[in-house]
Amino acid sequence: MSLTEYFELLFTDYTLRTITLGTAVLGAICGMLGSFAVLRKQSLLGDAISHAALPGIALAFLITGAKDTNILLLGALVSGLIGTFWIKGMVSKTHLKSDTALGLVLSLFFGFGMLLLTFIQKQPNANQAGLDKYLFGQAATLVEDDVRLMLIVTGISLCILLLFWKEFKILLFDADYTKTLGFNTKFIDVLITFFIVLAIVLGLQTVGVVLMSAMLLAPAAAARQWTNRLSMMILLAAIFGILSGVLGTAISASQNNLSTGPVIVLVATVFVVFSFIFSPGRGLFFREIRFRNNRKDLQLKKTLQFMYGIAKTHDNISHPHAIRILNNFQGFTKKSLQQMEDKEWITINGQQWALTSKGFNEAMNLYNKTHD
Amino acid sequence: MTSPQLEIQLIAAIVAIACAIPGVFLVLRKMALISDAISHSILPGIVAGFFITQDLNSPLLILLAAITGVITVILVESIQKTGLVKEDTAIGLVFPALFSIGVILIAKNANDVHLDIDAVLLGELAFAPFDRLIISGMDVGPKSLWLMGSILLITVSLLFLFFKELKVSTFDAGLSSALGISPVIMHYGLMSVSSVTVVGAFDAVGAILVVALMIAPAATAYLLTSDLKRMIALSIGFGIFAAIGGYWVAHLLDASISGSMTTVLGLLFLGVYLFAPQKGLLAVLYRQKQQRTEVSLITFLLHLNNHSEENERHLNHLNEHINWQKVRSKTVVDLALKNNMITIEGQIVSLTAKGNDFTQRALEYILTNKDERIETMKDDFFLFRG
Repeated sequence: MSLTEYFELLFTDYTLRTITLGTAVLGAICGMLGSFAVLRKQSLLGDAISHAALPGIALAFLITGAKDTNILLLGALVSGLIGTFWIKGMVSKTHLKSDTALGLVLSLFFGFGMLLLTFIQKQPNANQAGLDKYLFGQAATLVEDDVRLMLIVTGISLCILLLFWKEFKILLFDADYTKTLGFNTKFIDVLITFFIVLAIVLGLQTVGVVLMSAMLLAPAAAARQWTNRLSMMILLAAIFGILSGVLGTAISASQNNLSTGPVIVLVATVFVVFSFIFSPGRGLFFREIRFRNNRKDLQLKKTLQFMYGIAKTHDNISHPHAIRILNNFQGFTKKSLQQMEDKEWITINGQQWALTSKGFNEAMNLYNKTHD
Repeated sequence: MTSPQLEIQLIAAIVAIACAIPGVFLVLRKMALISDAISHSILPGIVAGFFITQDLNSPLLILLAAITGVITVILVESIQKTGLVKEDTAIGLVFPALFSIGVILIAKNANDVHLDIDAVLLGELAFAPFDRLIISGMDVGPKSLWLMGSILLITVSLLFLFFKELKVSTFDAGLSSALGISPVIMHYGLMSVSSVTVVGAFDAVGAILVVALMIAPAATAYLLTSDLKRMIALSIGFGIFAAIGGYWVAHLLDASISGSMTTVLGLLFLGVYLFAPQKGLLAVLYRQKQQRTEVSLITFLLHLNNHSEENERHLNHLNEHINWQKVRSKTVVDLALKNNMITIEGQIVSLTAKGNDFTQRALEYILTNKDERIETMKDDFFLFRG
């Protein structure tokens, strides 16, 4: 199936439409809430929580014996939340650092989950097949109900986001100030953490435990490069998330043997790399160009300063001098002199140069200016 | 106990020791999550190595995968250096991307490769004894035993050779540079050893549980001691305990060995986290509660010191005057009484000579902030123990 065929099928084929819609919604909610995770320096929380959700899924199955997605996700949510609060508790009450706490919760919960999963597999009522789809995620198993659930959760989190916008924003940028203003920071903190965990749990079925963290981080990290406004960043992150979801699904559907999760993550990574390099404000490419321009500008101004030193000693500032006398000063070339003439700082006449009044004033005020 | 059982436990214990040693330094250097990143991102290296060698235990594969691990570290650091994102975001971006590439490589070649990602992620120790190393017709033992044994040998000899250097560069990078020990070389050395260990161990315990074996014993030990040598020894002990204990739990439940090893580690950590004598949760909570009471006590004594009039020193008045919400005033009054700092005569509280002396010293300490003032009080009060 080629990509064009895919987009034609998108509107007629039920499965394809469901999966695409599912990954798109997932991308949107992850981008939205991921922005908070990235800005709160909780980037790896997603990784830890997605792993910590595994024992919850297994326990939910063991207790209810049902494979109903909603019940399993509820189990995942509970164990994800326990993991999150244990991490917070460890960091605040002991001298273990956050990286150790994250790694501990990640690996210990996951190991316990594996123990339970293998235990379940050996049980006689072996309808457990499909539990391991949460490990690596299978977008193909998404049904309309799952997508509806995602849409509802996205809607709710959007409402909460708008309702508590001011609180979220101020907590993000100045937690201490928020506290002094009398906001209940603990409540806001728990609220935002709860929704981040919720988004992670929703994504498990689609992209799986291992890749969930990238789903949360990548759109937000890409969006961060394009703007310094929180609202803009969240919007962009949601768009990047949707695009990664749709494009990833399209690419994986157009090829054999390509699982959706990894492709979505790779597409999101491409967005990140592109943003790192080409974003106008922070991107590496434009930063390098700016850096070079500044260096060139500095060279010109140094030359001008040297000329000013010579011209200052004469009554007539535009008295011509030989280019030769600049030889003591290494930082000029024919090209740079030409550029200075283009800026109308100097005039060049044969082997002679003369400062213009504009150039003289420029040089005189070089160190006086506070900004350009 | 049969011979394969013994071999499995031996392999598990060796893996646990080999992981615990670099784990201690990763935890101390606040780089615990690097092990998580490495354990995931070696996947493309393993796949590439497997295409070339067709053998999961081949040294070439180990080398290729370990190089991928070091590349991960370099990538994370260079992304971090651009200042575009924070370090944790850099880690979170790099390893899922590399892992995805690995998954796709496996999926695209699934037909002709005996390598599936369950095995890479989860490992299976139970099969380890059946892949045997045969040298000129002689069966010398399981391949993974030899492999992990050599990795452990290298790790231990490096530890003994460079213990001093590792120690100083871990705790004080500046001093280490000044002494001529490059922290950068130590850093990459540690990263390389960690990579090799992770790659060697993933076959036995899987990529994610390697993280548990690296971090959990070290973190557990860190809650019990502040001495580096003792911390390493304790981590190794916890690792071995989890390996053997985990094996028998798995035997009992008929479940995955690596899963049970991690669970044993988890329970061990949970126990220490709750009950460690100095740094455990209960000890910390108790200390914080005591400190809160003692702060109130000082406030109380200062109040008494400031007021000679009787109505200010009436028991009922104290509740409203000093706004104690969290600590009940009774606790504080009892504590003061027990220490003979106050006397109560008909609801009126007065400072005793000892109480007066204590208050003066506390006041002096508050004003001058000099430690010698409170040297004698350290034994009686949590507050002054820092």
